[in-house]
Amino acid sequence: MGSYFEVLLFLLTGVIFVFVGLGVASLFRPALPSTPKQSIYECGMRPFGDTLGKFRVRYYVFALVFVVFDVEAVFLYPWAVVFREIGLVGFVEMLIFLGVLVIGLVYAWKKRVLQWS
Amino acid sequence: MPADLGAFLQGVFDQVHLWASQSPFWSALFTLGWGIVKVVLVLGFIIVNVLVLVWLERKFSGRVQSRLGPMRVGRPHGWAQTIADMIKLLGKEDIVPRAADKALFVIAPVVIFTATMLVYVVVPMGPRAIVSDLNIGVLYLAAAASFTVISVLMAGWGSSSKWSLLGALRGAAMLVSYEVPMVLAVMGVVLLSGTLSTNAIVKSQSGLWYILVQPIGFLVFLAALFAELNRVPFDLAEAESELVSGFNIEYSGLRFAFFFLAEYANLLALSAIAVTLYFGGWQGPFLPPFVWFMLKTYGFIILVMWIRWTLPRVRVDQLLEFGWKVLLPAALVNLAVTGVYVLLT
Repeated sequence: MGSYFEVLLFLLTGVIFVFVGLGVASLFRPALPSTPKQSIYECGMRPFGDTLGKFRVRYYVFALVFVVFDVEAVFLYPWAVVFREIGLVGFVEMLIFLGVLVIGLVYAWKKRVLQWS
Repeated sequence: MPADLGAFLQGVFDQVHLWASQSPFWSALFTLGWGIVKVVLVLGFIIVNVLVLVWLERKFSGRVQSRLGPMRVGRPHGWAQTIADMIKLLGKEDIVPRAADKALFVIAPVVIFTATMLVYVVVPMGPRAIVSDLNIGVLYLAAAASFTVISVLMAGWGSSSKWSLLGALRGAAMLVSYEVPMVLAVMGVVLLSGTLSTNAIVKSQSGLWYILVQPIGFLVFLAALFAELNRVPFDLAEAESELVSGFNIEYSGLRFAFFFLAEYANLLALSAIAVTLYFGGWQGPFLPPFVWFMLKTYGFIILVMWIRWTLPRVRVDQLLEFGWKVLLPAALVNLAVTGVYVLLT
């Protein structure tokens, strides 16, 4: 089995590579900042209003259900690995666990929260 | 001859390893040096393949749209076009908008590229050609791959442009809709192989590719893959024709190049993962494992490109409902059926 040293090394490489690349490029590229250039792109018009104002995230409820199911998926991984050893008992137990979650999903579905509008 | 060379290199490696293991200092230095060799090899592999892939995609899209694609730079068939583009991007001015959140704006390309690099740690390219065969490979993969969405959010919010913010919010919506089905679809493969190590999953497919026993799982995985790769029909975070360029609109020059590099490196990595999980990875008769790995991966990439240049884009609400009302139930049913199958065999 592999070690995690390589993971650390790849992590550092990813960071270093980008900064080294930007550093090298700074030797070649021009730097002539101006106000129109540094403004936000809005199809050539002057930007209007505040970008980071109020924003309605309409998939809020999806995100809540997502957290539940994502955690459940993490629980499922160890179960899947030892599945052959725990056999039928493990299978039935996991079906019960999943069943509870599926009831939640069906409830959300019936309550019409799994809809955009 | 290549087999002899391989054996020779193996012998040299073993000798150096044996010699280095005599003292803790040299042993540590050896580990570091060998790690750096791996990093350089993988980085070279990524860059060369991305150059080829960008060219391939442009030629392929040309074919689909009855045109030639790049022809001028490098003959035949404009093979040097991507290299010319890279050099051009290197010389482009680096513009950071005044309104931008500087820290987020600068870090976003770093995060997306690093996340892609991390995926390559567990891609098995041959029986021993794997950077580090982690025993939690698949779980690690799910974690590393989903970091790209954080980068999309950082870039979109940090640019403080309306287009990019919309792109970032869509990126988050996509994550919410495809991540769970994808993880559950892959669980079917884990059930069959009984391991999370990617190399062991390839080895367990010596008789039968998992796509043959996991057709539904594969289709769910494929759909989620397009969302993960930010490609049509699920390229909502970029969506050139409506959000102009989505989350990366304010990036220019080399910063943009890193997003581009990461996008294609990600395409290669996740195609390799798809091949590993469902198409027997490097396994195959007659040819060397690495050749099989590359053939299958490029075959899969062609499939992804084909779908990208053929289908229209879905709306974000369609994707959310598709993810929760089609993909998730399908993945759950697939998991239960696979469980029964494993119990019976």
